[in-house]
Amino acid sequence: MLRIFFRVFVMKKGNHENTKVRKHENGVLRPLPTVYCLLPTAYFVPAKTYIFDGKNQSTAQNRPAVANNSTSGGVASGVPFFYSGRYDGILVNSGRKGTGGKQRSPPTRGAPLRPRMETTLTINVLALIARLLSGASVRWIDSQPDPCQRVYFANHTSHLDALVLWSVLPAEVRARTRPVAAKDYWTAGWLRNYGATKVFNAILIDRTEVKVHQSPVDLMIREIGNRDSLIVFPEGGRGLGNEVGEFKSGLYYLCKKRPDLEAIPVYIENMNRILPRGSVLPVPLLTCITFGPPIWLEAGEIKTDFLTRARQAVLKLKEG
Amino acid sequence: MSDLSTLILIAGILVLLGSATIAVRILRRQTDSVINPAILETFRRRVYAWWILFSALAAALLLGKWVTIILFGLIAFWALREFITLTPTRPGDVPTLHLVFYVFAPLQFILVGLENYDLYSIVIPVYAFLIIPAPIAMSGDYKRFLERTAKIQCALLICVYCLSYAPALLTLDFPAPNADAQTASLQAATDTAVKASIEPATLANPANPADPPSARSLNTTGLLLFFILIVQLSDVLQYAWGQLPSRHVIAPTVSPSRTWEGLVGGTISVSLAGAAFCWATPFPPWLAALMSTAIALMGFAGGLTMSAIKRDRGVKDYGTLVEGHGGVLDRIDSICFAAPVFFHLTRCLLPYL
Repeated sequence: MLRIFFRVFVMKKGNHENTKVRKHENGVLRPLPTVYCLLPTAYFVPAKTYIFDGKNQSTAQNRPAVANNSTSGGVASGVPFFYSGRYDGILVNSGRKGTGGKQRSPPTRGAPLRPRMETTLTINVLALIARLLSGASVRWIDSQPDPCQRVYFANHTSHLDALVLWSVLPAEVRARTRPVAAKDYWTAGWLRNYGATKVFNAILIDRTEVKVHQSPVDLMIREIGNRDSLIVFPEGGRGLGNEVGEFKSGLYYLCKKRPDLEAIPVYIENMNRILPRGSVLPVPLLTCITFGPPIWLEAGEIKTDFLTRARQAVLKLKEG
Repeated sequence: MSDLSTLILIAGILVLLGSATIAVRILRRQTDSVINPAILETFRRRVYAWWILFSALAAALLLGKWVTIILFGLIAFWALREFITLTPTRPGDVPTLHLVFYVFAPLQFILVGLENYDLYSIVIPVYAFLIIPAPIAMSGDYKRFLERTAKIQCALLICVYCLSYAPALLTLDFPAPNADAQTASLQAATDTAVKASIEPATLANPANPADPPSARSLNTTGLLLFFILIVQLSDVLQYAWGQLPSRHVIAPTVSPSRTWEGLVGGTISVSLAGAAFCWATPFPPWLAALMSTAIALMGFAGGLTMSAIKRDRGVKDYGTLVEGHGGVLDRIDSICFAAPVFFHLTRCLLPYL
């Protein structure tokens, strides 16, 4: 009886026929076990209870990058009708209070599939710890924190750069900002893997094999959809010492394919002293992170010009 | 008794801070104030920093000696971070910096907590001093070797060693009465043979521990609070006296706000304040005034020295832990310089009080 009641009323918007299916083929929701529907807590912490089947990523690969108006099988249709909060990292508001989530277009069926994330509270606590440990101070020069879609591009001198940059962003911006990181480094070891997949929600790039149809830039664009921001290090690798190396072309192609993205230059100070190349234990110095005004790819601007301009934007923050 | 005077002292500090906060509020509302708004803003930030400092200190003191020591240890660690961040280091310094941050800094405060005066008074000035250069030399990077070594040693001495003498005040006590008698007799008879004859006698004396009339206990909590209060008062009084119209700036290139008028006026008024607060300490009023004078002079030296280091590095403040309030090191520079002097003066004078 109860089971039918919950199917009809609680799972009203859900996909009824999925209820018994643990893994739907297209990577749509894995529905709740029926017993779980009975627990009131299920409606307060769904970010942990709904699980995507992350193994079906391959089906999503040939979709157009920014397609988002597709009506079939949006994730939001699987949300219980009075849930408001994070849902696969997406703010969902499917009913009672507020209006925020409703206007947001739901991601497509082919939207990026992610492993289950930690709760927002855990992430905020971890970010606070990271910030205290790094002792980072933040400056925004002619720039403001904003949850709109952006590409933060920064100089790269240590493995901790992405972590520190991610941790100094305000919480609501941070929830939608994903570092782009090297797969070989960030999947080695339990802690790095945990951080990359469950906390920073990093986009991991396989540096060892870059395919023609699966370029990192395409992967990034597909992963961020029309919602997330990116943290990239256009030098392509950690530089030596204090200098900012030449930028690689990825940033240019990213801005070319998504001209609507704001490219924010970021200068990270001192990280090369905190964790120099080859050192495992950080020296607990204080770092300073400077955000600059956004730049865009100008019409007809050629690659080298844009990359030089982007690099100058970072260097300018270093001086002032 | 000692608890009562500590509580009165805490209450007095709260009243001072409260009135300072109210005064700032009132002065900020007045549009045509005679006081320069920049000075008022500086003062407002100071008051804000004092609220944080004194509430953390009072909470730690109520929770016990170890909590206070850990609090000062964390402050010292953060100050050391700020200091080394401003100091240019090279990749070859990394092993030494690990040693400084993760071994010597915690070790110093652990030794203070264990009340091992013989060790904590020399571990950094002697052993760390000798050990610091070795890993730098081993890295093979000899460029500006002496300068780099000296900067790290200086950072460790100022931020960790000197600051650790503030919580070390909690470990002070009057010498045991029998030891008092022993030192007196030792002074009287310098002959070592006599000393040898006294020692077995004192050891054999069973009545020593239970000697109620002469057993005094030192109110160390009050002593630490008195010290911090006098340091901060001397800072603000020197600054206030420095605002007088006739100004003879001591070192305009280093600190334009420190004047001879400020130094003299601030020191005299702080010695009066010290005499007024002498009931929290074991000192008679005249001695408390002299102690406060020493604290004020050392605090002045500390502030000026740290300003000179900042000017050399081309920065205004050491850090930005709280936006617009400078760094931890900007607030504790005078404490760092005054603490060892106050500690040793007190330690030397205690047998005669």
